[in-house]
Amino acid sequence: MNEKKTFWQHLQAWVNGEEAILHADEYIKKREQPHQKRWIKKPNMQRIKENKGLYWFLCVLVSLVFITIMLLVVSHLPTFGQPINPTNNEVMERYLEKGIEETGAINFVAGMILDYRAFDTFGESNVLFLAVISVLILLKRDKKNINAREDRETEEDERFDRSDHKSILKIGAKYLSPVVILYGIYVVLNGHLSPGGGFSGGSIIGAGLILYAAANGHEAMRRFFTFKTFTLISVGCLLTYCGCKSYSFFTGANHVGYEIPKGIPGNILSSGFILPLNICVGLIVACTMYGFYALFTKGDM
Amino acid sequence: MSHLLINYYEAASVILFGIGFMNLLLQNNLIKKFIGLNIMDTAVYLFLAAKGYIFGRVAPILTNGVIDADYYINPVPAGLVLTGIVVSVSVTAFSLALVQRLYKHYGTLNMDEIMKLSREREGE
Amino acid sequence: MEHVNLVHNIPFFSIFIAMFSGIITPLVKNGKIAHKIHMIMVLIVMIMSAILLMNVVKNGESFTFMMGHFPAPWGNELRAGPLEALMALTFSVVMFLTVTGGIEFIYHDVVPEKQSFYFIMMNAIFGGMLSLIYTNDIFTAYVFIEIITIASCALIMAKGTAQAMVGTTHYLVISLLGSGLVLLGICILYSITGHLLFPQIKESVMQLFQSGEYSFPLLVVTGFMFIGIAIKSALFPFHSMLPGAYQSAVPTSSGILSGLVLKSYIILGIKLIYSVFSVDVMLNLKILDILFVFGLAGMVMGSVYAMRETRMKRMLAYSSVAQIGYIYMGIGMASRIGMVAACFHILAHAVTKSMLFLCCGSMVETCGNKEQIYYLRGAGLRNPLAGIGFTVGALSMVGVPLFVGFISKLYFATASIYAPGKMAAVLIVLGISMILNALYFLPSVIAIWTPVKKEGEEAKKAVISPAFGVCIVLFILINIGMGIFYRPFISIIEMGISLLQ
Repeated sequence: MNEKKTFWQHLQAWVNGEEAILHADEYIKKREQPHQKRWIKKPNMQRIKENKGLYWFLCVLVSLVFITIMLLVVSHLPTFGQPINPTNNEVMERYLEKGIEETGAINFVAGMILDYRAFDTFGESNVLFLAVISVLILLKRDKKNINAREDRETEEDERFDRSDHKSILKIGAKYLSPVVILYGIYVVLNGHLSPGGGFSGGSIIGAGLILYAAANGHEAMRRFFTFKTFTLISVGCLLTYCGCKSYSFFTGANHVGYEIPKGIPGNILSSGFILPLNICVGLIVACTMYGFYALFTKGDM
Repeated sequence: MSHLLINYYEAASVILFGIGFMNLLLQNNLIKKFIGLNIMDTAVYLFLAAKGYIFGRVAPILTNGVIDADYYINPVPAGLVLTGIVVSVSVTAFSLALVQRLYKHYGTLNMDEIMKLSREREGE
Repeated sequence: MEHVNLVHNIPFFSIFIAMFSGIITPLVKNGKIAHKIHMIMVLIVMIMSAILLMNVVKNGESFTFMMGHFPAPWGNELRAGPLEALMALTFSVVMFLTVTGGIEFIYHDVVPEKQSFYFIMMNAIFGGMLSLIYTNDIFTAYVFIEIITIASCALIMAKGTAQAMVGTTHYLVISLLGSGLVLLGICILYSITGHLLFPQIKESVMQLFQSGEYSFPLLVVTGFMFIGIAIKSALFPFHSMLPGAYQSAVPTSSGILSGLVLKSYIILGIKLIYSVFSVDVMLNLKILDILFVFGLAGMVMGSVYAMRETRMKRMLAYSSVAQIGYIYMGIGMASRIGMVAACFHILAHAVTKSMLFLCCGSMVETCGNKEQIYYLRGAGLRNPLAGIGFTVGALSMVGVPLFVGFISKLYFATASIYAPGKMAAVLIVLGISMILNALYFLPSVIAIWTPVKKEGEEAKKAVISPAFGVCIVLFILINIGMGIFYRPFISIIEMGISLLQ
């Protein structure tokens, strides 16, 4: 094995994302030690690749056939952007014409996903929740998922966080993250009035939290956001969502009394359940985004 | 054929879907495989968004106080795209976590090598 | 105020209780308490489904339930009838028995601090399956398909071994491909019909079919949606994800995934056939014939793969492929009685395969975690209850009278008479497949009852928990009970299918 890498190997390492790792040369050398056998087995790998010619050919063929069929379908579909298309029917008309009266939301999309078709959105928040729990099962450190090297790396990271090495990032984050989070809150609160809503605003808040955590390290983050906070916020919000929607589904389906004040369309405090639901969704999404970041970088929250 | 040129958004989305599909089948690197999946999802959203658009109308948010279905585009595809994006984010996070865990264990991202190593270890 | 019919609220309550218990479980750190929550939830759903079943059968009705304040084309809807209620009841019974019987595997294989997360996934998967059974909205179906996908992958990888990770990756990629196709199909269907709810789509599809407009997109949409569902339910050419995943997962997860999750997609498919595309359109587009052919191929190929397998869990996984083939064959016959046979086989396979996986897991544990059938010799003598359970399950799968598997095969054979042009194929393949079933199940049954003398080592009796024993006995009783008193199930399924149309 030669010490110097050729340009091609550099490029390969870069494409595979190894170059980005600090001290890539040492790292790759270390990594290749257990794989010494690979040099002996190289012809073997070559043969597998050759046998794969047929597989490649078939895959390309399948994809091309697929694309052709789909293009044919597209050429039979209704013409783009015409008002007479089948999608523009009475369903859409009612959402647009009675939306404000029935949901109180000026943003028709928010009215649709959080009132008319709220069951889908409930499923959707559950998908996010399940995803973060599965990532938790996968990446949280436990006795089957532990590694001495990683522990050392985490320790180094924390030492680096405490040092003054990234002052640009720190100062930038100090001024930027409050603004970002504030903007996210604005987007969440105005979900029923303007473009945006729980999902988009929540991801903005999440981005602000990630920025803060990246600059100041997890230690600083843990002062106000631990795993316990995460669980409490997510579970609380989902429960609120579940409760509100159960109430509205139950009363709606059984035609029993249900009167949530809709307020004056256009005000912040209007449109019934949509505002609280947007806040819940926003909090869930923010926690989830930060949770993904923390789990991926550190394997803990 | 001329219809394809008019429906060019849908045509583009379909071709993107095919590219993503090919990526999923042909790439050996797990991360690239999942990027292929993401391309497929995104293609579907482009398709849906194109379905919602109507020439000369505005976004479905009350504008100038006009309450008339002929003034706005269709809000339904927007809602479906939103749902789809959230699902795709969750699935991507899950699959990347899986890839990280696999990489920790096998030290490679190549699906073939992982399969081979796993078969070897199983044989022991 | 109008009269509130509480029975009609049962589908809604079942789904929300399942989701609710999933949401509150992270507050619990202890796996045992999480299990209790799960058990109580499944019990409540079981009782409610039984009440619902009695009611809809007594009244001979099916009803739709409005989710929210807005009627059909605008809001979401649920729909329940005898078929749905029967499926929900069976699913909750099998879920309860499998998780209770296999609880020791969970405590043993999953790291203690993650056991409560495992039960979140169990609750979510149960809620997702209930939603797929009850839903009347195509996009809700898609969202809950994704919930089930994520939760089932989490159930596979919960064991935390590297092998489980590889199995999960394989499972994930293939099921995402399937749901991608379903999503694409939904989008095209929406663009040509403009609706998302089953009854409205059916109306538009009938109109389009009669006028001949958009006939090519309609064909492609139907094809995509059924290919997607076939991928997700592991029909023969798409089965490659099953063996690796089931082999490496906790036996309880394997039982749930093979017995219930695959079936929930098929039930969605049956609902799509009857309440979205309608049998006439499906027959005209030849989609049902294609499903029929792949079903036949799966019946033979699944058994052939299973015969070549030396590891017991992989053998069971391939056997699932064969049984899925039976179900698709029944659907593909396109007659009422074929569909009844398919639905009955869904029940039969759910009851049997979960028990087989539990018994197999228990025997593998007795024999020092070696799964090759060679090492499992004498396992039945050391662990008699698991051995008996495995034998009963195997006999039922082969189709021995008195057991439930026999009834569904009898009905498949009867249905073939009503399927013109398909009778010979059905009967021949059914015969071949039953012989193959016997060829791979009987050697393993004989193996586990063969006494083996090991020098130096005293053959020790396995310690089995009382919960496992009770559950296996109940499974055996249900199996034999359904094999003898099958009439009511058949008549409920028939009523359900005629109401579905």
